[in-house]
Amino acid sequence: MTQNKTNIQSYIKIENNEIVLNGTSVFKIEPTDFADFAKQAYRNFEMQYPKFFKMDALSKLAFLGSELLLSPITSTEQENNIALVLANKSSSLDTDVKYQESISDKDNYFPSPAVFVYTLPNICLGEISIRHQLKSENSFFIFDAFNSEFLFNYSGILLNTNKADSVLCGWVEFYNDKYKAFLCIISKEENEKYINETINTLYNK
Amino acid sequence: MEALKEELKNKIITTLNLEDITIEDIADNDPLFGDGLGLDSIDALELIVILDKDYGIKLVDPKEGKSIFQSIETMAAYISANRTK
Repeated sequence: MTQNKTNIQSYIKIENNEIVLNGTSVFKIEPTDFADFAKQAYRNFEMQYPKFFKMDALSKLAFLGSELLLSPITSTEQENNIALVLANKSSSLDTDVKYQESISDKDNYFPSPAVFVYTLPNICLGEISIRHQLKSENSFFIFDAFNSEFLFNYSGILLNTNKADSVLCGWVEFYNDKYKAFLCIISKEENEKYINETINTLYNK
Repeated sequence: MEALKEELKNKIITTLNLEDITIEDIADNDPLFGDGLGLDSIDALELIVILDKDYGIKLVDPKEGKSIFQSIETMAAYISANRTK
């Protein structure tokens, strides 16, 4: 079968202190910084995963989005082959800068291992995989701007070649406390709810 | 020694981002790893950094950490005996 249309099953957007799940605002608070927003969201959804607090901002953003999309699927005993394909513009630069600052003074040189481990953008894929016990394909790409065509094509290849049963794909951008996440789950099965939607139309809604 | 133990508990909670843990939750002899606080290998490296940065102790052999980081009690004892600042 050829994957020539986007069969979106569900999607989530996180930006401006708000989480929108499948078009419905499920969490919104007064303007605050991302650290506070992320902590409040975590508590609001009772996520029960203390490792969350050790993550850097990019991983927290990806974790929050994926948690609400994947938990209903991965909470069953059944093994899931859900590939992860994420992208952003700033890579892990926010954490890279923090780490660089910690090693810039030769007289006060105490690099933090806990910060260092997040100086790659694809670490957030590992965090999601560990949380949901996924042993699937995963890739992280860097683009100047949101590239729906690439995400669609790459995810389509994974589905068409049976590398994955479904794909969690999207955009997780974080730099200097500015953030935006758009994640969606696509699969081979049609979902009438989003039959006229594409990754791009939902991203821009 | 009691002040040092409390200081260590505070440092561990703050540095290791143990969000839902208070110093009252950590008994002096609780294991820091495994069934106790559940710290992981990256946390162990952070503890080595704390020894260096705050107490001037450089662990030459990381394997030493296994006995030093058993509990707050063992950490405090090691720091008291070896600190340079």
